[in-house]
Amino acid sequence: MARVLINFAHPALEKSRVHSQLLRVVKHIPGVTFNDLYEQYPDLDINVAREQQLLEQHDIIFMQHPFYWYSAPAIVKQWMDLVLEHGWAYGHKGKALTGKYFSNIISAGGSEHSYSLEGHHGHTIHDFLLPFIQTAKLCNMQYAAPFVLYGVHRQDLSDIQEDAAQLKQVLERLRDDKFDLTPLPGLANLNQLLQLPAQT
Amino acid sequence: MDQHSLLFQSMVYLAAAIVFVPLAKKMGLGAVLGYLIAGIIIGPSLLGFIGREGEDIMHFAEFGVVMMLFLIGIELEPALLWRLRSSILGLGGLQVVLSAAAIAGIAFLIGQPLNTSLALGMILSLSSTAIVLQTLNEKGWMGTSAGQSAFSVLLFQDIAVIPMLAIFPLLAGNAAPEATAHATSLRDNLPGWGQTLVVLGAVATIIIAGRYLVRPLMRIIARTRVRELFTATALLMVVAIAVLMNLVGLSSALGAFLGGVVLANSEYRHELESDIEPFKGLLLGLFFIAVGASIDFKLIMEQPWLIMGLVVGIMALKAIVLLMLGKIFKLSTDQNLLFAFALADIGEFAFVLLSFTHQTRLMSEEMTAMMTAVVAISMAMTPLIMLLYEKVIQPHYTRSEVKAEREADEINEKNAVIIAGFGRFGSMTGRFLRANGINATILDLDSDRVDALHNLGIKVYYGDASRYDLLAAAGAADAKMLIIATDHAEQTLEIVKIAQRYFPHLQLLVRAENNEDTFELMDLGVLHIYRETVDTSLRVGVDALRMLGTRAYHSERAARTFFRQDERSLKGLSALRDDKKQYISSMKERIDEMEKLITSDKIKTWVDEGQGWDPETLRDEIRGEKSDEA
Repeated sequence: MARVLINFAHPALEKSRVHSQLLRVVKHIPGVTFNDLYEQYPDLDINVAREQQLLEQHDIIFMQHPFYWYSAPAIVKQWMDLVLEHGWAYGHKGKALTGKYFSNIISAGGSEHSYSLEGHHGHTIHDFLLPFIQTAKLCNMQYAAPFVLYGVHRQDLSDIQEDAAQLKQVLERLRDDKFDLTPLPGLANLNQLLQLPAQT
Repeated sequence: MDQHSLLFQSMVYLAAAIVFVPLAKKMGLGAVLGYLIAGIIIGPSLLGFIGREGEDIMHFAEFGVVMMLFLIGIELEPALLWRLRSSILGLGGLQVVLSAAAIAGIAFLIGQPLNTSLALGMILSLSSTAIVLQTLNEKGWMGTSAGQSAFSVLLFQDIAVIPMLAIFPLLAGNAAPEATAHATSLRDNLPGWGQTLVVLGAVATIIIAGRYLVRPLMRIIARTRVRELFTATALLMVVAIAVLMNLVGLSSALGAFLGGVVLANSEYRHELESDIEPFKGLLLGLFFIAVGASIDFKLIMEQPWLIMGLVVGIMALKAIVLLMLGKIFKLSTDQNLLFAFALADIGEFAFVLLSFTHQTRLMSEEMTAMMTAVVAISMAMTPLIMLLYEKVIQPHYTRSEVKAEREADEINEKNAVIIAGFGRFGSMTGRFLRANGINATILDLDSDRVDALHNLGIKVYYGDASRYDLLAAAGAADAKMLIIATDHAEQTLEIVKIAQRYFPHLQLLVRAENNEDTFELMDLGVLHIYRETVDTSLRVGVDALRMLGTRAYHSERAARTFFRQDERSLKGLSALRDDKKQYISSMKERIDEMEKLITSDKIKTWVDEGQGWDPETLRDEIRGEKSDEA
């Protein structure tokens, strides 16, 4: 059993279409810890000890958030700045996160095609996620493929619910160690995991 | 017909009170003077709405004095009474003896018989409990050392009336017929030891009944849940004490005071207080009106110089005695002046004693009438004299001395921050700064608090921050900011004005109690105003929203937006308000204000802030493109 942690960040969930649907699912998966950052720290005053303890207690860590301006809402940056301390997460003595997997669950307005070299944004989503990828590396973690919901502005409720169901399956299988995790960093999107043969 | 006249009388009295008391207050004369003026105007000398029965009413209204002493007693801890014992016996005793001796001596020298002189001395040595205490209360001077001393003396005088009543028949000698009013007293037919026994018995009855009877009785009454029964019980208690005291020939005021002290520690104390209070107020008012009405202007007009001379002479004599005593008992100069001015008048007991001397033929009818006029005038003068003291004499002395007889502390530290007021508000700010390594020079006017904090190792200086010299001593010239967190709005404004005038470089961070204070501070140009409950109430609001399911971050932002909006509305209101400043304290005005604030809350835009997180326009645009493409 892998222990999965979702650090969720949305400053205005009450207006969100996508994440409110995703939360209906991910909040209630047994064995998956859901940590709502804006709800915990509405004043952005992050309890570093608590967050570090949560990280230590889990094997696979997701940051779930809307992909605002090719990045994350403010509290995610605040969280990274404060929680991933030198001497704990990185540096000569910073080995607390060694061997864990790190990734993002994000919703993007543009289509999958728009996030390509010839697309509207001119870069892949992986290019934009570089700060997260490199952060994971510096903290001795493996960056797994992100779970990306593309083109959410065009999606209807049923589309979103379908994505949510996929996310649920992915999380459950990760939890149950149904995958060989070594190919994870190579995937374009984490939902491709579902097409891989399940481990027995 | 009788009933009609009773109703008519009540109407005249009440209407006079309602017309003249607010007028007097408006003119800064105080309520007591207002009642007296009302009495003079409706009395036989001017309008004649009430006639000769004024004196009967006075006897009835004297019951107000009884109630007042009951209330004073109930507010007085026995421990405090014990602490005052030396000033009651020493100061009070000396005042009565010396004043009586001086007056009697002069009366004897100008040719009065010895016994009449002594009677006069005793009668005129007393001061008016009703007027003096009421005026001291009204001006908030009861807590001053002069107020305490005056109270002690008045208490002794109330006690002194008893032996005086006993001595008068002796002075009158055999020529006097048995006093009719006095004959009803139980004591008269008893030998000396029996009288003492009866008096002691009465006092013991009050103490024992107060201790053991009142509590179970109140509990039974409370169980009936009939509100007016409480009032009835409270009244019954005071009336019963008065009746008992009259029966044994003691002062009912004194008995009521004793009853009050006995009940001071009872759990029904506040209940009793609030029940008796309105009766006391009305009856005292009635009493003052009666005093005003009893001034016989015809008599005064016949011999104006003699009567005025007597009034001034007697009061001056009493004042001199009082000043001497105040000096001996170490009152500071301004307090001593207040003490002397307050007690220089002649009291309401003089009316009783004068009628008594008349009955015992100690004085002629003319003389009694004249002395009655003198007493009434001197009582009416008291509030005027106190007013004179307040307006002319007091301003010459520093304020702190009047408020509490403690000198400001010596200050020997210099900090960038000065905090004025270290109560529940200032202490929080001070502690926070201290926790962050910022030391502040702290000033406070509550001497008990200063001492208590001193014991905790926190340096707080006693002193009035609205005094220039104290601010200067606290290092205001070199400090960067002054945090004003005093409890009283008036004092806050004083400090702001002094600081702005003499230390304009200081940043002022000022606590405001409510919107009105805020407006006043805005008018003074204060930039940093902190309304004391705003943050807490909004925090309650935030928690309430969260508990009802709103997201935490949204709730916090909503509170901050609301706060900004509220400050803006307040500034708007402040500008509007400038035109009609004088009405701002009326209730209606406050409700209007609240209404304007609430209407401005409804502006919808503030709920929708944070558009960047909710790109509805973007979604519409993209969906539009899609349909265009299609």
